Amino acid sequence: MRRLSRQRIRRASALCATVLFSAAASAQGLSSMSQGWVFGEQGGEALYAHVCAACHQPDAKGAVGAASYPALAEDKNLASAEYVETQLFSGKSMPALGRMMSNQQAADVINYVRAHFGNNYRDEVSAADIEAARRQAGSAP
Amino acid sequence: MSEAASTPLSRRHLLELIGAAAGGSAMYRAMTSLGFAAESSWRGPIRLEGDPKGASVVILGAGLAGLTAAYELGRAGYQVQVLEYNARAGGRNWSIRGGDVYAELGGATQTCAFDEGLYLNPGPWRIPYHHHAILDYCRRFGVTLEPFIQLNHNALLHSTKAFDGRPQRIREVKADFEGAIAELLAKATRKGALDEAVSKEDQEILLEALRWHGGLDRDFRYRAGEDSAEFRGYVRNPGGGLSARPLHGEPIGTHEILTSRLWRGLQNFSSYDFQTTMFQPAGGMGRIGEAFARQIPNAIRYRAKVTGIHQDDRGVTVTFEDLGGGAVQQARADWCVCALPLTILSQLPVNVSAAMKAAIDAVPYASVVKTGLQFKRRFWEEDEHIFGGISYTDLPIREIAYPSAGMNAGGKGVLLGGYTWEGPNAYELTAMSPAERIQVALDCGAQIHPQYLSEFETGVSVAWHRVPFTLGCAGEWSDEARRDHYDDLCQIDGRIVLAGEHASHLPAWQEGAILSALDAITRLHSKVLAI
Repeated sequence: MRRLSRQRIRRASALCATVLFSAAASAQGLSSMSQGWVFGEQGGEALYAHVCAACHQPDAKGAVGAASYPALAEDKNLASAEYVETQLFSGKSMPALGRMMSNQQAADVINYVRAHFGNNYRDEVSAADIEAARRQAGSAP
Repeated sequence: MSEAASTPLSRRHLLELIGAAAGGSAMYRAMTSLGFAAESSWRGPIRLEGDPKGASVVILGAGLAGLTAAYELGRAGYQVQVLEYNARAGGRNWSIRGGDVYAELGGATQTCAFDEGLYLNPGPWRIPYHHHAILDYCRRFGVTLEPFIQLNHNALLHSTKAFDGRPQRIREVKADFEGAIAELLAKATRKGALDEAVSKEDQEILLEALRWHGGLDRDFRYRAGEDSAEFRGYVRNPGGGLSARPLHGEPIGTHEILTSRLWRGLQNFSSYDFQTTMFQPAGGMGRIGEAFARQIPNAIRYRAKVTGIHQDDRGVTVTFEDLGGGAVQQARADWCVCALPLTILSQLPVNVSAAMKAAIDAVPYASVVKTGLQFKRRFWEEDEHIFGGISYTDLPIREIAYPSAGMNAGGKGVLLGGYTWEGPNAYELTAMSPAERIQVALDCGAQIHPQYLSEFETGVSVAWHRVPFTLGCAGEWSDEARRDHYDDLCQIDGRIVLAGEHASHLPAWQEGAILSALDAITRLHSKVLAI
């Protein structure tokens, strides 16, 4: 069967879709999605927008339903980089997303969130720090 | 009924007599010896015998676990009240139909525009034949079931990395993969490679079985011809009159079929959980939750957001917010069955043992995204002769499921246009808006069915980490967490006991939720009677 250009599909479906398209700058489509079981996004900003924002939201202000996703904006817990590392690798209440990232990716996204959204923690973690945190949590990359 | 009418004493009737005379455990032994129930902890409808003397139970969550507990405890003489966050019963047992409005965390709101009778089951959507408890409740509550088609030989297996992205028919992949294995094994056998492992007599039988099972010809070859076509189908089917002669197709080569890795998809049809027969409720999975709710009129308080659970030596106080009015209120009962997802419970103040609290905090929830797509016509049936079943792909949508109902009747239809369970794509999809998720489903699906372009009408998408009442799909137990915490999670802690799929060995299955509730209330009832 023939392949179709994404543009043509988009045009066809836009006529019919009943939900409004988001104007978010973080828009991602099929062509930029990960292949396999490791995230393909590189850099803290992209990782935040396409992974963390799923729950913590694009503005990092969290969300509230029957329970809540904590805000990462102006979050004093982030003073401790180790705290964030634990969240990424322990697999307790939050999924162990760090296990689907390289050491560099995990370091990048931790450094990004600790320096954005009203957070200003400038002590960066390195890929080597992540390797140590990963070993401590007992999770292979 | 026909069995009872045609035999003096049916097996079921005999079991009922044994149960009445000797109690449940004797009945279970009898059932096991007669070949019933041995593979499940299901013991037939629960019997909570003995008078609870008006004891009260507050049940948190009106999903299938909470509903089961409420229904059975009510029948046993307890005073029950259920607190439910949503404005409907069922929890993850849920169907989205035309006109339904769904607001996800983050604020995106979708109004489903499906036609009458069409729906998406965002959560559970199929019931294995060996899930006895849920099947029994469907029977007792009059929920009509219809076959859920898991395996359709004419559906597709697709990989972007094989056959230049061209989808392959399941029957061809299955027949050619098994045919290739049979031919290789026959060759090895006939060369004497198995002489040490298999006796001469058994080798003869093995060769016969390989030819029989694998579609090999008289020379033990798997190649184009009637022997292989009987399994893989025809390029041109046998017909009538002058156009009768069938045309046999050339099997896919062994190297191609191995390296395509499309054989991975075949596992979806052979594992125990997905073996035929599977079922679905007619009209949507949500019919089960609706049927439960009808059994316990006035017991459920909707739009009640639980904010705290506190027990003392005489009872349990549950604090909740009335989402309709905003007032904070309290419910008091002698006992509490908490069937809230652990994503919710782990965030609530609750005074249970340190071991149980550690268990409550130990389980992350899976990220799952489902997207339903309505099309103007059922092109998969009309153009491609795919009636029900599932196509699998390595694209982010992972699968396309064709409706098992309304087949060959023409008109519109809703496909499950994506069902992404865990992995990076599930999180990426969740981070998108519903419209973007639908767009990805269309972009993927059009690579398999070009008709998507012209036939799509409207869609709806549910990302479970953005579902306000669960904040995730289902408990994702690691082996270590289960070893360290599962038993602690399931204990009765003072006056509180937990129930739900997370408190079962059937994670993410409705059967797990129901069996968990039945186990919990059986133990609770014993404790109540002993006091």
